[in-house]
Amino acid sequence: MNFELTEEQKMIQQAARDYANRELILDVLERDANSIYPAKHVKALADLGFMGMMVDPKYNGSGMDTISYVLAMEELSKVDSSVSVIVSVNNSLVCYGLEEFGTEEQKEKYLKPLARGEIIGAFLLSEPEAGSDATSQHTLAEDKGDYYLVNGTKNWITNGNSASVYILMAQTHPELKSKGINALIVDRHSPGITLGPHEDKMGMRSSDTHSVMFTDVKVPKENRIGPDGFGFKLAMKTLEGGRLGIASQALGIASGAYERALKYSKERKAFGTEIFHHQSVAFKLAEMYTRIECGRLLCFHAAWLKDNHQPYGVASAMAKYHCAETAMWVTTEAVQIHGGYGYVKEYHVERLMREAKLTQIYEGTSEIQKLIISRDIFSH
Amino acid sequence: MKILVCMSVVPDTTTQIRFKPDMNSLETSGIQWIINPWDELALTRALEIREQPDSGVTQVSVIHIGLKDADPVIQKALAVGADSAYRVNVAAAGAMEVACQLSEVVKKEHFDLVIAGHDSADYNGSAVGEMLAELLDWISFSSICSLAAAKDSITIEREMDTRTETIIAHPPCVITIQKGIAKDPRIPSLRGIMGARSKPLLQLEPIPCAGSAAFVKFENPAQRSKCRMIDPAKPEELVELLRNEANV
Repeated sequence: MNFELTEEQKMIQQAARDYANRELILDVLERDANSIYPAKHVKALADLGFMGMMVDPKYNGSGMDTISYVLAMEELSKVDSSVSVIVSVNNSLVCYGLEEFGTEEQKEKYLKPLARGEIIGAFLLSEPEAGSDATSQHTLAEDKGDYYLVNGTKNWITNGNSASVYILMAQTHPELKSKGINALIVDRHSPGITLGPHEDKMGMRSSDTHSVMFTDVKVPKENRIGPDGFGFKLAMKTLEGGRLGIASQALGIASGAYERALKYSKERKAFGTEIFHHQSVAFKLAEMYTRIECGRLLCFHAAWLKDNHQPYGVASAMAKYHCAETAMWVTTEAVQIHGGYGYVKEYHVERLMREAKLTQIYEGTSEIQKLIISRDIFSH
Repeated sequence: MKILVCMSVVPDTTTQIRFKPDMNSLETSGIQWIINPWDELALTRALEIREQPDSGVTQVSVIHIGLKDADPVIQKALAVGADSAYRVNVAAAGAMEVACQLSEVVKKEHFDLVIAGHDSADYNGSAVGEMLAELLDWISFSSICSLAAAKDSITIEREMDTRTETIIAHPPCVITIQKGIAKDPRIPSLRGIMGARSKPLLQLEPIPCAGSAAFVKFENPAQRSKCRMIDPAKPEELVELLRNEANV
């Protein structure tokens, strides 16, 4: 067992850290306050190769392993999860599915510009009545011979407005339930697509989240990914990787808050000494550090399994569950350590706390992760 | 024009420097090593110039005088765009020995322009660049804040106390740079990081060089006396302290 990162992995980690600390930090508070989409950061991260990190270089990706992806996601998320979620969606939910299950023509037309980050994508699964219960897809994709006619509404779509390409899950054969769902590549600007207003979110306010409405949208048959009825399987396989992206994001939120709390505790004095000398603070920091290290190892393990082509769905569920819960706990305690300063925006930890909450909800709630884990336990 | 950028590998500038108990060497455990920030800016500017079509720059290489453990840091220079790297495999004892080893490579590899940071963030000697020029018998320019190249000449600027000096020079020459030469060091792209592995990093054996200085020992600076804050509403307290404690 080797716990050493390679020199390349360390360099990728440092590159993400440098970008976050030099660039993201400069306008993160303003973007958070005013829900400003981070267009210039998405372009810069695309130029650096972060938008198609794990895609094969022959499709214009960076060809990195999943450990490198975890490292990059953690570093970006220490500073700004609004940006890291855009990176995560494009990498895990859009590029992955196209590369793994798309045709050569689809890869040529869509994956290449997505992996270069020239355009970005969105993944459309959730619906007003289909969140955790993803099999209950009401959006219809009627088979009209050489095209699908799509009608329905998708909710909570990250990159809903900024994406050029949608990976859409829609029901073609309702009688077959989950086996009737198809995954379609949809041009965002197709006639019949309208967006709901920008969601005014609690955290991750700089990423654009919308409802997307489809009214008689024609999608060519050649835009279906995989065979007829493959959509739900694609969605589940894709979400295994997506969970790992969000686990790494939660890990970054937790470690970002921990680092800030540690620094503050060494500067802030109370009762004649720096507060980290007080056991109540020191023990909090010790517990934060331990939980974060556990989360990091869970993420690395899931990434290692994925890179070695072994089943990693349960490992990524454990990583996501643990890291999301850790992020929520650590950020709450980081605010507590900061006292009144933690409650104002300048010190960042209240923002990290708001961001942490979403990691317990999206790409599978903590409860869904426990469902996946428990089903696996009982199957043995 | 071939440019060689001299590169020190130094502790991250936020490192708390500690020495081993015998005070003869640095405690290196836990230190993150980085490209000397000044040298990184020099490299950034060299790469910017190479990317300009009419600069006449055909190659940008980096060189480090030191042992193998510096290779991961040198890889970063390759990742951000340097074409090749040299490392002379010796733990140099001082500035003169570093300059001596550098001069050998500059002569053998026929570089036209050598750029270095004006000092390194570890020993702050500010000596290697000028020593190198002397050993090569080249002209040198120190504390350069702007550099442009056009085929067989370079245009450089130096900030003086009350004015800026502009010089056009014809390489070969050595320049040492200061703040202003480039905005920010580059962040390597992921493709650059992976591509660095396939770029040449040549390990060279050192030539005999006599050092001009001998290391004696490190010494921690004396601890500063603690700052005492006086309530501005009580000036008499300040007078009292100055008179009776500071004995003014």
